[in-house]
Amino acid sequence: MKALKCRECGREYPLTATHVCEFDFGPLEVAYDYDGIKRSLTKAAILSRPQSMWRYRELLPVVNDPTVGLEVGFTPMIKSDRLAKKLGIREVWVKNDAVNYPTLSFKDRVVSVALSRARELGFDTVACASTGNLANSVAANAASAGLKAYVFIPSDLEPGKIVNSLIYGAHVIGIKGHYDEVNRLCAEIAGKFGWAFVNVNMLPYYAEGSKSLGYEIIEQLGWRVPQHTVVPMASGSLLTKIHKGYQELIKLGLARETECRIHGAQATGCSPISVAQKAGLDFFKPVKPDTIAKSLAIGTPADGFYALRVMKDTAGAADDVSDDKIREGMSLLAETEGIFTETAGGVTVGVAKKLIASGKIPANDSVVLCITGNGLKTIDAVNGHVGKPREIKPSLREFEAMMANEEEVAA
Amino acid sequence: MPIKVRIPTPLRKLTNNEELVEVSAATIGEAIAELQNRYPGIQERLVDEKGEVRRFVNVYVNEEDIRFLKNQQTPLKDGDEISIIPAIAGG
Repeated sequence: MKALKCRECGREYPLTATHVCEFDFGPLEVAYDYDGIKRSLTKAAILSRPQSMWRYRELLPVVNDPTVGLEVGFTPMIKSDRLAKKLGIREVWVKNDAVNYPTLSFKDRVVSVALSRARELGFDTVACASTGNLANSVAANAASAGLKAYVFIPSDLEPGKIVNSLIYGAHVIGIKGHYDEVNRLCAEIAGKFGWAFVNVNMLPYYAEGSKSLGYEIIEQLGWRVPQHTVVPMASGSLLTKIHKGYQELIKLGLARETECRIHGAQATGCSPISVAQKAGLDFFKPVKPDTIAKSLAIGTPADGFYALRVMKDTAGAADDVSDDKIREGMSLLAETEGIFTETAGGVTVGVAKKLIASGKIPANDSVVLCITGNGLKTIDAVNGHVGKPREIKPSLREFEAMMANEEEVAA
Repeated sequence: MPIKVRIPTPLRKLTNNEELVEVSAATIGEAIAELQNRYPGIQERLVDEKGEVRRFVNVYVNEEDIRFLKNQQTPLKDGDEISIIPAIAGG
């Protein structure tokens, strides 16, 4: 790490817990010494290290060895032939962060970086504004690191995501409002309390953790940059960081530069970035979210501009799908690949299907789908839509009768 | 007509560390102009060369984003509270 640098005007700041440029409020980003990194981060060095996101530690913003989340990342990359057949495309890979450690979403990546850095900067209390997954991850990782945690969530979140924060002993504050309002309140709280807010004052460090998803995709494809990547968009940050991850490995000579389109996926009930992309705009209009994909329900996406720019620069596309199509996407991934993803994953699968059908992702190409969260956390979204178990008495006769009936129906 | 304005941390150097200041204005645009009169330099931090609110600056009146209201033409009344907050990401 060299400094924090404003993405808008380039002004530099010291590596403290701060996130906006004092001049134009532009977001600050970590600047690195890539020449130095190139000397130590070789393919051989990476392969000799444990299989976690930290095998790329030179590219992650900590000064010393990380102390939180050492096992995070290096999630499975699944060649998904059955799904590919259903989607009508030559090759599909699923990057499965639904089984990330310890809290079953990609957020463990960003939290592991943010909390390691927060400790380096001397904080004893961490906090976040969250749509659920981030709160789970902050609560769990803070517990294992012995840090105090305050997590702020919309009070109408899925019960699974609320319990998944409470169990770790975190202070969980439910805000009567949507995520954008939680976010605004947290920006104000962060200005008053001396905490490490992972996605406020720690944001420049936190956001870098998402790059590791990009590094792993390249490594797991055999050091190849994918032709197409479909990424769910809430704030738009993940999409920009996966792209940055690809660019960095190309810059360091670890992968060859090839055409690589990055596509963004949103729920129709909260689609400010997708709507702007389809209209060819480089700015978006904020919306009030109304979708079952609560983890993507950010109506004022702070990285929307940058996500639009990445899609434009890589000739990628964006699209959005209805709540019914989100459920269909979840079922399709489950039935073809045995992967139960949350609503956000249904968005990714649904949008990939649309982009393949429209030819924006050509049928002869290969695509990576970023599955970022676990279906066990959003059971309510599909409960009642996936059928019910049939109940019988513990009697062989009843079972045989049921099966005979089934065969008749099938015939 | 006193209207309260919450000043975010990055701008408090311009307001002598005042966190809450009062202005008299009929619209958001006028409120920004009055802030500029009292704290020279603050305007260019909030609006760009074209006079638009900068894209990473969010302005709220009584907790509602002015982009859902009438942007800089949003009318103000006695007792309204304006918050100026940097846009932040992550969920």
